[in-house]
Amino acid sequence: MAELEDIYQEVILEHAKSPRNFRVLEGTSQQAEGFNPLCGDKCKVYIAMDGDRIQDISFQATGCAISRASGSMMTQALKGKTAAEADEIFRSFHRMVRGENGKEDPADLGKLGAFAGVAGFPARVKCATLAWHTLEAALHGQHDPVTTE
Amino acid sequence: MTAHATVTPLRRDPAKTSFDVEKIRADFPILRERIHGHPLVYLDNAATTQKPEAVIEAIANYYRHNNSNIHRGVHELSQRATEEYEAARARVQSFLHARESREIVFVRGATEAINLVVQTRGRANVGPGDEVLITAMEHHSNIVPWQMLCDEKGAALSVAPITDSGELLLDELESLLKPRTKIVAIPHVSNALGTVNPVKEIVRMARAQGVLVLVDGAQAAPHMPVDVQDLDCDFYAISGHKIYGPTGIGVLYGKARLLESMPPYQGGGDMISSVTFEKTIYNKLPYKFEAGTPDIAGVIGLGAAINYIDAIGMSAIAAHEHDLLEYATREVAAIPGVHVIGTAHQKAGVLSFTIDGIHPHDIGTILDREGIAVRTGHHCAQPVMDRFGIPATARASFAVYNTREEIDALVRGIEKVKEILG
Repeated sequence: MAELEDIYQEVILEHAKSPRNFRVLEGTSQQAEGFNPLCGDKCKVYIAMDGDRIQDISFQATGCAISRASGSMMTQALKGKTAAEADEIFRSFHRMVRGENGKEDPADLGKLGAFAGVAGFPARVKCATLAWHTLEAALHGQHDPVTTE
Repeated sequence: MTAHATVTPLRRDPAKTSFDVEKIRADFPILRERIHGHPLVYLDNAATTQKPEAVIEAIANYYRHNNSNIHRGVHELSQRATEEYEAARARVQSFLHARESREIVFVRGATEAINLVVQTRGRANVGPGDEVLITAMEHHSNIVPWQMLCDEKGAALSVAPITDSGELLLDELESLLKPRTKIVAIPHVSNALGTVNPVKEIVRMARAQGVLVLVDGAQAAPHMPVDVQDLDCDFYAISGHKIYGPTGIGVLYGKARLLESMPPYQGGGDMISSVTFEKTIYNKLPYKFEAGTPDIAGVIGLGAAINYIDAIGMSAIAAHEHDLLEYATREVAAIPGVHVIGTAHQKAGVLSFTIDGIHPHDIGTILDREGIAVRTGHHCAQPVMDRFGIPATARASFAVYNTREEIDALVRGIEKVKEILG
């Protein structure tokens, strides 16, 4: 059985308390808004691109520990990555939190591997992916707010 | 078509006071479930209540022995099914203290009951420049259908405000009753805050202006005796699954005079008297509003649920739940960092709370691991959350089978939440 410690890992709790890059990114129009209509959680992701590369990234959110930590650690993981690399990391992350990662090792995702425990809490997958869905919208210029539904 | 069932309202015994919660718990098989290794502590009753054996058995019995379509066959099974179905209508009539059984319309739930009124009375009577008045404590089901109607008709939706404790500002509500107000829609009990609204007084105010009143009774019917004649409301909506009955069945009560004047909701079989390609003559009440084969098993299950409630006595249930709510409020509010949302003088069934610095979702996940089921989120009442400036709450809601020991478990669970996330 999945234990609480699997999901509320120390690194997750720490990021939830003090999320990094938790601010509006000035001087960029590349941003998107995401909602989880079931719980009312909201997220905004801002990115500044340098060519194809994410030069800076920030987010703001109201939500649970999982969604805040996920947004925080996402911004850290993606700074300096190309759009294609970000897409690939998102796909791996998504497979991991849904428990579909098969042969992949959560360790390949670095610090983001801490979210592997979410797979044992299916009701919380949407919390862990809200910031990522919002990022995808910001990255690919989708202007309507995204939802996790 | 059979005639209405002859109605003999059930005799109620208000003096019934013997209340044995352990005996009641034994009637609910699901309460023997273990969740993550703990006994189930089910405190999500405002979302849906659990079902007693009598309800489960009534549904199974119908499918095993009496399954047939109603109101049509001359054969024995159809007779039995029709009798059971109409007997349930009589139970509901008695439960809501309606004057006539034809004032009881079976629908899918309180949501459909409200939509029925919106789509019939609303569409026929609300026009450009008219107003519909609701309150700041509605469930989405008593907002969105009216909003859709107002958008379609060019009418305005006005909202009566509430206080910080979650009570309606009655003076403000009265001043919002304008000459163009066509209908007032209010909850009897707020699902997010637990506030019991003074429905009788609001009906009196609306009546003075000639305005109709629809009451969303989904959260009241489980917790208190409801007398629609005493309230004098025009419409009253309830959900079967919140009063120990099955999902997918609900009731719209409407005054016969109004229901008769309203156009049908859906067209189809059973709602007609005669059909030709030129003209259809609609059936009489309540069948005019029950097109198609209804949820027969659901209706029979609802009848069994009301029998079950009657056998305990609604006054006894209300007293037990009031004790639980008072105890829970005292114990939970005493935990440092916990804030009770909704502190009206008159409350029923619901304890909404927040914990400083901890999101309700995390509260819900940790309590779940202790076997405690609560609802977390906006409770389909986002404007209520906005009113209190919070994204969400955790909500414990009580039913006849809950105990003080379960509230103690909730308190221990909240302590654990604080330990992990505090």
